[in-house]
Amino acid sequence: MTDSEKKLKLTVNGKEVESAPGEMLIAAAEKAGVLIPRFCYHPRLEPVGVCRMCLVEVKGPRGFTLQPACYIAVADGMEVVTDSDKAKKAQDGVLEFLLANHPLDCPVCDKGGECPLQDQTLTFGPSESRFVEEKRHFEKPIAISKLVYLDRERCIQCDRCTRFAADIAGEALIDFEGRGGELHIATFPDKPFASYFSGNTAQICPVGALTTTPYRFKARPWDLEQVESTCVSCAVGCQMVVQSSENEIVRYLGIDSEAVNQSWLCDKGRFGFESVSSAERIPSPYFNEASGMVETGWSQALDKIAKALKSAEPESVAVIGGSHMANEDIYTWVKLAKGVIGTDSVDAQLDDGLDPKIVALSDRATIQEATQAKLLILMAGDLREELPILFLRIRSAAKKAGLKILEISLSETSLSEEAEVSLRYFPGHAEELVNGLFGAEIDPQLFAGDLQAARALVSSVDPASVVVVGGRENLADSSLDPERAIAKLLDTLVGSKFLSGLRRGNVNGAIDLGMVPGFVPGRSQLQAGNEALRAKWKTLPRKAGRNSKEILESALKGEIKVLFLLGADLISDFSDSALAEKALSNIPMVVGIDTLTNRTTSHCSVVLPATAFAERHGSTTNIEGRVSTLGKKLVGFSLSRPEWMIAVELAAYMGEDLGFENLHDIWGEIQEVSQLHRGLSIAALGAPGAKEGIVVPLSASKVQISTRRVLDPIATPGITSVGVSGPPSSSAALPGEGDPVLSESTYSPQRSKLLELLAQNDRAKAGPEADNFALVVSKRLYDHGVEVMSAKHLSELVAPSKGRVSPKGWGQIGLNGSGLTRLQGNGASVELELVVDPSLLDGVVKVEFDGALGEVSKLFGVDNSTSRVKMEKV
Amino acid sequence: MPLPPLKIVSARANDPKNVTLEGYLANGGYQGLKRAVLEMNPEDVRDQVMQASLLGRGGAGFEAGRKWSMLKKSDIRYLVINGDESEPATFKDHMLVESDPHQLVEGALIAGYAIGAARVFIFLRGEFALGFERVQNAINEAYDYGAIGRDIFGSKFSIDLVLHPGAGAYICGEETSLLESLEGKRGFPRIKPPYFPAVIGLYGKPTIVNNVETVANLPWIVKNGASSFTDLGAGRSRGTRMFALSGQVNRPGTYELEMAKNTFRDIIFDPEFGGGLRPGRSLKAIIPGGVSAPWLGPDQLDVVLGQDEVAAVGSMLGSGSIIVMDDSTCMVKAAWRISKFFARESCGQCTPCREGGSWIEKVMNRIESGAGREEDLDLLMDLCDNIVPGVSWPPQQTTICVLGPSIPSSVAVSIKMFRDEYLTHIKEGGCPYD
Amino acid sequence: MSRFTKEMETRAYELLALYPEKRSATIPLCHLAQEQNGYLTEESMVQIADLVGTTPAEVLGAASFYDMLHTEPVGKYVVGVCTNIACLLQGGEELLGHAEEKLGIATGATTDDGMFTLEDMECIAHCDHAPALQVNYRFFGPLTNDGFDTLVDDLSAGKLESEVPPHGTLSRVQRKHPIAVPLEEIVRHRRDSDAKEGERLAAKAAAEAKEGSN
Repeated sequence: MTDSEKKLKLTVNGKEVESAPGEMLIAAAEKAGVLIPRFCYHPRLEPVGVCRMCLVEVKGPRGFTLQPACYIAVADGMEVVTDSDKAKKAQDGVLEFLLANHPLDCPVCDKGGECPLQDQTLTFGPSESRFVEEKRHFEKPIAISKLVYLDRERCIQCDRCTRFAADIAGEALIDFEGRGGELHIATFPDKPFASYFSGNTAQICPVGALTTTPYRFKARPWDLEQVESTCVSCAVGCQMVVQSSENEIVRYLGIDSEAVNQSWLCDKGRFGFESVSSAERIPSPYFNEASGMVETGWSQALDKIAKALKSAEPESVAVIGGSHMANEDIYTWVKLAKGVIGTDSVDAQLDDGLDPKIVALSDRATIQEATQAKLLILMAGDLREELPILFLRIRSAAKKAGLKILEISLSETSLSEEAEVSLRYFPGHAEELVNGLFGAEIDPQLFAGDLQAARALVSSVDPASVVVVGGRENLADSSLDPERAIAKLLDTLVGSKFLSGLRRGNVNGAIDLGMVPGFVPGRSQLQAGNEALRAKWKTLPRKAGRNSKEILESALKGEIKVLFLLGADLISDFSDSALAEKALSNIPMVVGIDTLTNRTTSHCSVVLPATAFAERHGSTTNIEGRVSTLGKKLVGFSLSRPEWMIAVELAAYMGEDLGFENLHDIWGEIQEVSQLHRGLSIAALGAPGAKEGIVVPLSASKVQISTRRVLDPIATPGITSVGVSGPPSSSAALPGEGDPVLSESTYSPQRSKLLELLAQNDRAKAGPEADNFALVVSKRLYDHGVEVMSAKHLSELVAPSKGRVSPKGWGQIGLNGSGLTRLQGNGASVELELVVDPSLLDGVVKVEFDGALGEVSKLFGVDNSTSRVKMEKV
Repeated sequence: MPLPPLKIVSARANDPKNVTLEGYLANGGYQGLKRAVLEMNPEDVRDQVMQASLLGRGGAGFEAGRKWSMLKKSDIRYLVINGDESEPATFKDHMLVESDPHQLVEGALIAGYAIGAARVFIFLRGEFALGFERVQNAINEAYDYGAIGRDIFGSKFSIDLVLHPGAGAYICGEETSLLESLEGKRGFPRIKPPYFPAVIGLYGKPTIVNNVETVANLPWIVKNGASSFTDLGAGRSRGTRMFALSGQVNRPGTYELEMAKNTFRDIIFDPEFGGGLRPGRSLKAIIPGGVSAPWLGPDQLDVVLGQDEVAAVGSMLGSGSIIVMDDSTCMVKAAWRISKFFARESCGQCTPCREGGSWIEKVMNRIESGAGREEDLDLLMDLCDNIVPGVSWPPQQTTICVLGPSIPSSVAVSIKMFRDEYLTHIKEGGCPYD
Repeated sequence: MSRFTKEMETRAYELLALYPEKRSATIPLCHLAQEQNGYLTEESMVQIADLVGTTPAEVLGAASFYDMLHTEPVGKYVVGVCTNIACLLQGGEELLGHAEEKLGIATGATTDDGMFTLEDMECIAHCDHAPALQVNYRFFGPLTNDGFDTLVDDLSAGKLESEVPPHGTLSRVQRKHPIAVPLEEIVRHRRDSDAKEGERLAAKAAAEAKEGSN
């Protein structure tokens, strides 16, 4: 059946409206310009039809009756009247009922000014209340978590927050309590609403019943200025609105991007804005001298760095970091390092990712493709901890559309419950397990899970309809084993696609633009040569460079003279903090470019202040390769500058001209040198229909021209959302201002057998040993990283790192009641609390990474193929 | 004069031994079930029930046979017996479960056989502790007797039956709310469509929900045949009906009467039944069929106790309850108490019921306690109108279930019938009956 | 400790096994917890959530909906006086007022000695015995004020312990039989018998059609 055949027609207020089967009347009417009043209806939630505000007259066998428009599916020939006296009376009646017990505290309510109840009352409501009785009273407000306040008197029992918590986030930590007039929202005593997604409930609350702590009493809606942007707290690329008041960010709100975040944000993304105004911001350039910090000017600082660069061999210059930067910064720094200085030792990853070849040279999937795959294979860290909104998308697809998932992991994750089959492996044996999946014999002692079922699952689907999400689950192990396992999956399942599970903000853009060793912009390998690049770049590195781990190891040998750290807090974030600290002390010139002082800035010779998120324009790239824009809302803090500008000026001090005066110049050159980005003009990116970003490489089948719509007009007034309306008929143009040119890219991945591109894994692969445990270190959302710790309210959510062992392991250590345990490894000793996790294999201990605390990272060295720790009860 | 009562469901109610298997068997128990599973095909049982024109005895009065025929085809389907009797002044199921628990079990099993239920649940009102003990005991005995479980009575038919306790919420008498409760949730009614239990019921599977008294008729119908059942009653109302008579009569109680053969006057005044009012009292109003029904006045005493007959005068036979109020009763107070009941028992989902119900109760309370204003009567009528457009009967709905539309009934009808009494409260600043 | 004792835990698992979906056991388990502890403690609700596979908030959300489930301690005897319409007409309100006086507590409160909690109940379906009440859901009525006093005195003196178990014991009769036939087996059987029924109905329809045409 074609789309046009599926259309059906109904009349709303005498006007003919087209709709499709399954659509709810409220949505069909809205498209036709009839906004039926509503409170409980939210297009991203299952309808419940409880507020009864959307009662309209629908003609049935017994004539017109009042029906809830949010719960009635359209039917061909349906006759609907939304503005009759009877419908109006019913709607007015509901509104009056809702107001009966609602407090008159609008002047002190955060929602005041953007409150659907207030707005609808002003538009339709009575001027005076007929309710002369005593209103209901509840204790208020109640902090149901460190981020969300609940005011039960304002609540209109619309069930939005509870539906979100139970159905979307899968954490029914808030629920209704009581009955009838006493029905109210509650958390269980001593079990707060500790969800990574709690802020969404405040965004969708149609009254001021749920408000967020960081925004509380901060601003009035009419004073807010806003700009659309892309969240970079992880690499999902959620679309959002940045709202500020008096040059201070006060709130982020999720935009409904059909392709990406579908209106949701995680709390780390939503509340991370507090770090922008953190007291830890670096105000001006400074030198770290023996006497201490010495503030300096930009010219002195850049001059000093330029001099150091001039006297250094290209190979002795290295760049680490940059995964948080905008695409334009990344390209400019890559050009400076590889195209001017001539070093390939540039690495945006901190030994916590994957070999860039996997990301750059595989066929890539979009999030939508992943959620619609016949089979999704997960071989990444816990997505709820690393890419929270991707977790929500996959969970929803599994719950609602029956997405089949095969999980290959070291322990249970938040998606294990949704997986058809979960396979577990002993650290270091991922490749072996994947070989086993394709028929090889494997040692049953090193694995758990139903391998037969997994084999049947994989062979039941067309390999070309499989998507593999690949990431890095274990920081304490060499990345080679999981890399080879992912490569094996992609190679064997011919036609399968890869969705990057790399979590750092713009790390995928960094790989796309060559900010990794061995690559140049455009997912192109260095040795491949590139004519377009040679025309624009002065030079190209002569030797293949080092990755961040190798850079630090070379530094120990005195081979690194100048190291740039682009937003890289090595001592906190590099998995082997001891190596990082030693290496830094052995480099004559360490240049730290950052927004916040951190544990690494004190080890830098020169520190330069960078502008933060929302203080600059630009673009970023998400896990899909989707390029979307960053909005600027604030004046840059103090003397800070955007990173691209720092590179341009540094080049100037070296006597070189990078050729860029603004972001347009940079983007223009990216398009010229990168086949991958060809055709994606900056005007196209800025077009209204492209606000959710455009996936590179451009192809007519993937580019989706979207229409802007207001998703939830009552709770987020004025924030338009992006809804997909299908692929464009031609790839020629996007609607919008300017002259957007969007031509199809000629890029095609240099796909060969990925496995052949990776090193052989000839390291010893030991299994469980009697006297020690194999160490697994995994990321979690709220670690002690500087990003979280500098955001006041998020920092309060950071808990000490915990460890997990199998029940047998618990017994082996002799734990009983308390899990306090001393872990010894790599010459260090750390004490932490262990809990029992039956999903872990015996002989394994899984520990949460603790970022800036830097305790956990002492336990392992990056050269260990499988890190081992001894454990004893404290 | 009423006809001599022929009893079907309460025939053994006065035999104390009947609560045990032994007593029940001595009274001819389990013959219906045996006949059904050993001699009849399921469709034959369904045909019998269809022919018997057995109207549902829960309150809505929907024909049981037709209800069964609407069950969606599915490998898994469930039968749930609604024993959550909570309608004010309705106590016939209370009597049936306590006095004849095996009859309920047998009836439930016959229904389970007829519709091919994968499992039968009896949802019994939590407050019926004694009834729960008796039904549980009956179930235990029935398992031992071979009437429940694998290959019952040596037939090839196997079935399990589970007795499930409610926990105190009127709304769970509403069938979709009952299913939610049975699933371990709050008793929030589901929206129809699409949640017609026969299509999407328990655990999302097609489900039949039948009232206790409805299935209690089945052993007799199967044993005696549908035609014996239709010999009783008149019109659409066939067989007998349990009536629960309460209030200001001399002999309140449950009375099983042939359907559509007696009048309100018969049941209230006949010495065999209600035995009339207390000396010197006169009838002021009757609340038939449950507290959501419009009241009737003394001039309607001769209305026949049949489903269509009571509906014809703008009220309903409903759950079979009849509340008698004499001239010593304050109508405002009675209506207030009913509004208080609905305010307390609203599940809270829908705005008009949750907010409207408690608002109306507050205004009613204010009038009864002497702080009423004349404009309150218009206000009340308008609030009623906002819950039930036009304050019509049968009510138009603005809410998911029928609890909301039940709220205005007593308020509106009492204002209509006894406006002066309201005005007296307002003018005198208090209740004239206190 | 208010978690289920070993014996109660066994009963909890028996209850869980009665339902195709575990969550259905929520309310029966809440009753069971009340039988053990007199009321529904937080610890019980956490354990029940664990047993039925929901969150504690969902157990509280469900439990708080129902009048019989108490999340605060109640007396050994919960006295519920019906004041709904049928009892109201026969003096239910006055009886409740008298009960408050006799017990020395307001409706909703518990006596200091933890013996009695007084509740104002909606219709308890004992209307032919109005004014009626329940003590731990066992029926009494019709009651005069004197009758009420005697009842309370008897309860206090322990004279009614065989009739009225302590609060929370819904049923002194327990289910004896586990589920006899697994649901999957029943479903297979129903599929077969549905097919046979289909054949019978088709044959019957064919026969009727034949008869009609003859």
